[in-house]
Amino acid sequence: MDWINAVLQGVLLGGQYALLACGLSLIFGVMRIVNLAHGVLAVASAYLALWLVQQTGMPSFLTIVVVIPVLAAVGYAIQRGLFNPALRHGELSPLLVSFGLAVIGANLLQEIFTADSRKISIGDLSTSSVELGGLRLGVFSLLTLVVAVAVIVGLQLYLSHTRIGRAMRATRDDPEAATLMGIDERHMYALATAIAIGTVALAGVFLGMSTQFSPTYGDLVLIFAFEAVIIGGLGSLWGTLLGGLVLGVAQTVGAQIDPAYGVLAGHLVFLVVLLFRPQGLLPKAVVA
Amino acid sequence: MSVLLEVDAIDVAYGDFRALHGITLTVAEGETLAVIGANGAGKSTLLKTIAGLLRPSAGQIRFDGHNVSHTPAHRRVREGIALTPEGRRIFASLTVEENLRVGAHGRRPGPWNLQTVYDAFPLLAEKRTRRGAHLSGGEQQATAIGRALMSNPRLLLLDEVSLGLAPVVIADIYKALPAIAEKGTTVLVVEQDLTQALTVADRVQCLLEGRTVLEGAAADVTREQVQAAYFGVETADGREAG
Repeated sequence: MDWINAVLQGVLLGGQYALLACGLSLIFGVMRIVNLAHGVLAVASAYLALWLVQQTGMPSFLTIVVVIPVLAAVGYAIQRGLFNPALRHGELSPLLVSFGLAVIGANLLQEIFTADSRKISIGDLSTSSVELGGLRLGVFSLLTLVVAVAVIVGLQLYLSHTRIGRAMRATRDDPEAATLMGIDERHMYALATAIAIGTVALAGVFLGMSTQFSPTYGDLVLIFAFEAVIIGGLGSLWGTLLGGLVLGVAQTVGAQIDPAYGVLAGHLVFLVVLLFRPQGLLPKAVVA
Repeated sequence: MSVLLEVDAIDVAYGDFRALHGITLTVAEGETLAVIGANGAGKSTLLKTIAGLLRPSAGQIRFDGHNVSHTPAHRRVREGIALTPEGRRIFASLTVEENLRVGAHGRRPGPWNLQTVYDAFPLLAEKRTRRGAHLSGGEQQATAIGRALMSNPRLLLLDEVSLGLAPVVIADIYKALPAIAEKGTTVLVVEQDLTQALTVADRVQCLLEGRTVLEGAAADVTREQVQAAYFGVETADGREAG
């Protein structure tokens, strides 16, 4: 029973990782940019939500209606102002720019909010649970998993069936040919980043509700999100969902063996995938 | 007939290499012009420059009377210039139908939609759910032309339609061109295949090493004249063509 419980808790934890990772996956999938500022943007979203709760007394969950649009706008501006110009200097440049952004971001957060750990209060919800065949499942963790699946399904539907989604996939396949279709590549990239950072904002607020965070917590977020993306397969959103779940299960099962081995077990699974299946578990079917 | 496109003495260079020297051409609304020439004559460069992928270092491109030399490629599509690029450049992970829908991204109104494109290229209707990566050369070319038509262009630029395709397939694709011209679309086609170019075109312009060496109505120029110009040998009237 303990092992079944560990797997189930791992699936729930994996929901959080998948939610955190899908923005990273989307940005890489459309633009081949590895956004190292991903983690710090998630943590900044949590701080923004916390600040809103403290300043305006807004209910915790309502903050997402402010935080998501604000961060999406920040994402659009980062892409237009920093990543697009950097892309002209080769594939490595956006990586370096995002690294710089991550360092500046973490220090800014420290400057504004101090290095103290914080948490967004969600009252009883953080401790309430439901019972399922003798196992207790946290309501908030379940909610996070549902939101993660909904976000990934939503992104897939958007990319598959809307005019802008199609244009994004076309731009990913061949940016120059896309401009010949009347698509403004720079705007399309910025829209993709805005959507991706919007999901990061949602993930960040959920993160801030589930755990203690500090300005440097973004490093850990980035590593877990990165591992989920790699395990699942680069550029595939379904893969990212699966990757998040695999990472979560690996961590909780590892912790079941010995509480100190949880995070280590996650890293080991990541390394094993990288060694024996570097394309990930669910790689994209058609390589452009 | 009014003039739709005027290319006025443009120079285009890739770094130090000048690919086009003072090329001038005009295309009247509704006509079909064939630009022919051997490999490296600058034909693709010319089309890319008209579509906005390359910028001329000198000269001007006027479309419907106004200067578009500095208009980015994606906006030229919205003004009615569509290019079917060399190599087709089909979106590999998108299906045929998605490729066509992306062609309509700018939402220009006009006669072309999924139905009329499928009517012009019946083979595409059967392959509508197939991904670009899994199409034959001929299917890719038909998709590329259909995709360009979906933007309802006033001027359609076709680059090397016949390249790498079997003669039957080429004939099949060229069969669709009259239907395109009938809808009032102006066509500028670049070709190495003389026979095809001379059949569909109203006028012919021949490029050699980045310069125009022969120009005339398709019905008036002889194959010999074109061949002479094509290879840069002395033409019938004694003018040194190269």
